[in-house]
Amino acid sequence: MTRRLIPILVLGLLAGPVLAGVLGTLLPALGVTGQPGAFTALLNWPGLPRAAGLSLGTGLAATALSLALTALILAGWSGRRGFGVIERLISPLLSVPHAAAALGLAFLIAPSGWIMRLLSPWATGLDTPPNWLILNDPYGLALTLGLVVKEVPFLLLMSIAALPQTQPRRSALVAATLGYGAATGWLKTVWPRLYPQIRLPVYAVLAYGMSTVDMAIILGPSTPPTLAVEVVRWMNAPDLSGRNVAAAGAVAQLLLVLLALALWRLAEMLGARLMASWTASGTRGHRASRVISLAGLGATGLVAGAIGLGLLVLGLWSVTRRWHFPDALPAEWSLRSWHSQTSTIAGLTSQTMLIAAVSATLAVILVLASLETHRTHPPNPRLRPFARLLSYLPLIIPQVAFLPGLQWGMLQAGLSTGTLAVIAAHLVFVVPYVYLSLSAPYHAWDSRHACVAASLGASDRRIFWRLRLPMLLAPVLTAAAVGLAVSVGQYLPTLVIGGGRVQTLTTEAVALASGGDRRVIGVFALVQTGLVALGFALAIAAPRLLWLNRAGMRHGQ
Amino acid sequence: MKPLHVLAVAAAILGTSGTSAQSGDWTKVESAARGQTVYWHAWGGATTTNDFIRWVGDQVAASHGVTLEHVKLSDTADAVGRVVAEKAAGKDTGGAVDLIWINGANFAAMKEAGLLYPSWVETLPNWQYVDVAGKPAVTSDFTVPTDGQESPWAMAQVVFYYDSARLPEPPTSIAALGDWAAANPGRFTYPQPPDFLGTTFLKQALIELTADATLLQQPADAVDYDAVTAPLWNWLDRAHPHLWRAGRAFPQTGPRQLQMMADGEIDLAISFSPGEASAAIANGQLPDTVRTFVLEGGTIGNASFVAIPYNASAPEGAMVLANFLLSPEAQSRAQDPEILGYGTVLDMDALAPADRALFDALDLGIATLSPAELGAALPEPDPSWATALADSWTERYGVAR
Amino acid sequence: MDNEMTKGLQLNTLAVWHGTRQVASLDARIEPGQILSLMGPSGVGKSSLLAAITGTLDPALRCTGAVLLDGADITNTPAHLRRTGLLFQDDLLFPHMSVGANLAFGLPATLRSRLSRRERVDAALDEVGLSGFAPRDPATLSGGQRARVALMRVLLSEPRALLLDEAFGRLDATLRAQVRDLVFARARARNLPVLMVTHDAEDAQAAGGQVITLG
Repeated sequence: MTRRLIPILVLGLLAGPVLAGVLGTLLPALGVTGQPGAFTALLNWPGLPRAAGLSLGTGLAATALSLALTALILAGWSGRRGFGVIERLISPLLSVPHAAAALGLAFLIAPSGWIMRLLSPWATGLDTPPNWLILNDPYGLALTLGLVVKEVPFLLLMSIAALPQTQPRRSALVAATLGYGAATGWLKTVWPRLYPQIRLPVYAVLAYGMSTVDMAIILGPSTPPTLAVEVVRWMNAPDLSGRNVAAAGAVAQLLLVLLALALWRLAEMLGARLMASWTASGTRGHRASRVISLAGLGATGLVAGAIGLGLLVLGLWSVTRRWHFPDALPAEWSLRSWHSQTSTIAGLTSQTMLIAAVSATLAVILVLASLETHRTHPPNPRLRPFARLLSYLPLIIPQVAFLPGLQWGMLQAGLSTGTLAVIAAHLVFVVPYVYLSLSAPYHAWDSRHACVAASLGASDRRIFWRLRLPMLLAPVLTAAAVGLAVSVGQYLPTLVIGGGRVQTLTTEAVALASGGDRRVIGVFALVQTGLVALGFALAIAAPRLLWLNRAGMRHGQ
Repeated sequence: MKPLHVLAVAAAILGTSGTSAQSGDWTKVESAARGQTVYWHAWGGATTTNDFIRWVGDQVAASHGVTLEHVKLSDTADAVGRVVAEKAAGKDTGGAVDLIWINGANFAAMKEAGLLYPSWVETLPNWQYVDVAGKPAVTSDFTVPTDGQESPWAMAQVVFYYDSARLPEPPTSIAALGDWAAANPGRFTYPQPPDFLGTTFLKQALIELTADATLLQQPADAVDYDAVTAPLWNWLDRAHPHLWRAGRAFPQTGPRQLQMMADGEIDLAISFSPGEASAAIANGQLPDTVRTFVLEGGTIGNASFVAIPYNASAPEGAMVLANFLLSPEAQSRAQDPEILGYGTVLDMDALAPADRALFDALDLGIATLSPAELGAALPEPDPSWATALADSWTERYGVAR
Repeated sequence: MDNEMTKGLQLNTLAVWHGTRQVASLDARIEPGQILSLMGPSGVGKSSLLAAITGTLDPALRCTGAVLLDGADITNTPAHLRRTGLLFQDDLLFPHMSVGANLAFGLPATLRSRLSRRERVDAALDEVGLSGFAPRDPATLSGGQRARVALMRVLLSEPRALLLDEAFGRLDATLRAQVRDLVFARARARNLPVLMVTHDAEDAQAAGGQVITLG
């Protein structure tokens, strides 16, 4: 009986703080304090249509493009020899924090950026950077590009985790014997089964793309910015009444994300139809397959290049003293930025690790408990979409909109600031990501193993510990690494809930980023990335070492 | 001002107020402070200020046993929000914030909401050295009287910096700046309002362009706002097409302009710190051909302050810290362009010769103007102007039409 | 209950339901050492009936009627306490365990001594001609070898009935006969009632027992 309560508990843990936070933020806005004007003020803001349109446009475009590139890469290369290289090239990119990826990309493509520096003056004839509106363009193209290069690695990793359950090798073989080109055959046989498994991550990408603040500030337009950025502005206005407008804006943001999800759902149905008629057409697509392979390679190059070079160039900045346009490399080098930060970094790293490790572990435990309970006590199917929406609220609503309310609520409840409170707040954001990395492989696990084991006399508990957990070790560790990455990346929850008394690499990095000095930003981008990359490396290496002599545990099987 | 006179004023204030932290005996404050940890919420966007604050922490730890934790913010509003939330939740003691780096609209909002520790500033022993007469901004923050609720620690004045290698003769008035921008498209911009510095640029331009700048000392809704600001919008309408990115994008913060200048994207930028350019030259961020200047009609000046929230956990420790920030030792270090390059709030004539020597020994840096060149700072307009101008700006230029 | 123990597997109008729709039903009695072949086309619910007997029915389905094993009603007994051994079409050896560990997984926990557990595993391997295979990775075994390991894993768990779900469906013709004979022989040697789901008449013929055709 008590086990039935676990999913409800987890759901409450996820949605409760968000709903309470929005309410806590919103109540003042709804006229409880005699100021009913918050929604009027929001609607009167002349930038609203454009900001909302921008959020919708960049979110949908970035998601569609990310998904398309992911499909191209997989169709062109999965199961082929080059895929290992692509995987090794792209997976580590997941470790790069969003803000660092955005800053790196910004410096690559800016008119005074690295690409122009490498080409100037010998090719362009320029001594001063051209006055081109590449970054912060009014249509959000740079922002879309940034989101795409950051989300493709995420979707790719999610796909790779889900892929073995679709038995791609068998399908590829069948398609090939029927005369289909490799990529075309893959798209027609494997993709329709893979997509449902990565649907949730795709929704998360859509919601994130619309709600992101850090990437939108660095790459997005500012006249006006996206709605989420404007909400942050209102929240930070020295004039305290701006907070009410911000709360109203948060509600608008939520509605906007729901609208985008509905549009996406429509597009899914349309896509499925087109896909079905394309599949039924019987076109073998030999030339198309070659084009797809090349496009997949191009997509890999774009993604790895944009983030990899961006990180490299931030690394260069971290050892720079002077670097002026149009020099291709710094004019003067210096380790000063590293030296001056060493003691800070040491302290912050251990604090960051502690918080991230604890919240990722707790999240994995909660998600496993809830998945296991779902299996033995399936919930009412009619409640399912509702529960799903609730559990993804933390990803959909911009943090700034509910954190102040949550802070108020935690203060009311007598929860003091400190590491524990911060871990609790991180859990709200870590759990949904852990859930969506783990649920597909968990459900796809061949449950006949459990039937056999039960018939051999193994209890549910024994099946879980001896079979399910070890056999799912790789996805569980990957989910933990994703959780670690999410926790490491949290800025506002750490600052707001910690009352400023809990400091991490990210609070330091974001504070420094506001100063715009690329040299120290580079230092922190590298340290943050290194920490997260370590998590992923362990998640990949541990199962490989453990199952070194078990051919059946190597993935793709 | 005579130090003895200040002490007399302080004593008079102390005689009439009652809370323990304000008890006249500074040594009591110091002994209460010993062992306290002070959480100072301060913008953490520059390694220079972060390093300075760390040095301050080392000093007060050694001299007073006060531990300083610098809570590095990207926006002061985060700290204000924390105190607002604590007040709303009825947490009237043991708050998370002990000291805030603050001024202007944030101070006005907190003061009005009763979120600050009352009149403690003039009880600080080092208050006697503060140049209250010569620098009215230390007791009047954007025209709002500080009433002893915030203690100044640095002077700021609007300056413009430019790369003399690319721009030998910078324009020295807003009108000339407009002409220069038209002749040199894409080479000037300013931070996007409502950014603090961007709004300051609007105020600075308005002071020169409007017919009667004294009206700005009144609240914006007490005057004919449209008439007063019309010349500013005219100027901006004409200037924007010639700005960086044709006025379709703007830097989001002041410090961002340093990087833009270093990248060669702009030739001229506004700053609120007379020593910023020198400090940036010293740390390699800007080329040593950068110089600063002020406008012919003078520029706005104000002070940076620290304030203690009403529910601070360690008010005594915070006061010890604020007092140390006013010491000749800290002030001269802050003024050193190799360290911070911030203007001092102290009155050189009130200092002992040895202390004054600390300042005389400073090399203010190649790009820093002397006090004479800076000239007297113009007073900040009423805080309502910042909000009103930022709102109008956003309506006109901040939402693409 | 009679003093005389009712040995074997008895299904009293066992029916599987999806909502109000009956998926399949079966009323049968299998004596120890006997084999009942359950035939019929795909999709008539043969596997669901097996799942109802082993207690691993999909939560979306439910069953009515009763399952009696050696006279005891196990209809509501948790799956792992029923002692109904199950073999699928796929061998379903646990890929992360060695061959020996797979076999040991089947051994009852009541057998405590490590030495005697190992002896039982080795003896089981000897019995099917796989001596020395204990440390091997199951992925390196041939299909016939894997089928034999799977069989011995079930038998080591000391079941009181054996259920075969298309257990020979993946094996080629010669191997199929070999493995089938082996399974039947071991089941008879242990005097187990066997319920075999198959769509292959040859399987039913080889079993030589009663045949029920569903659908």
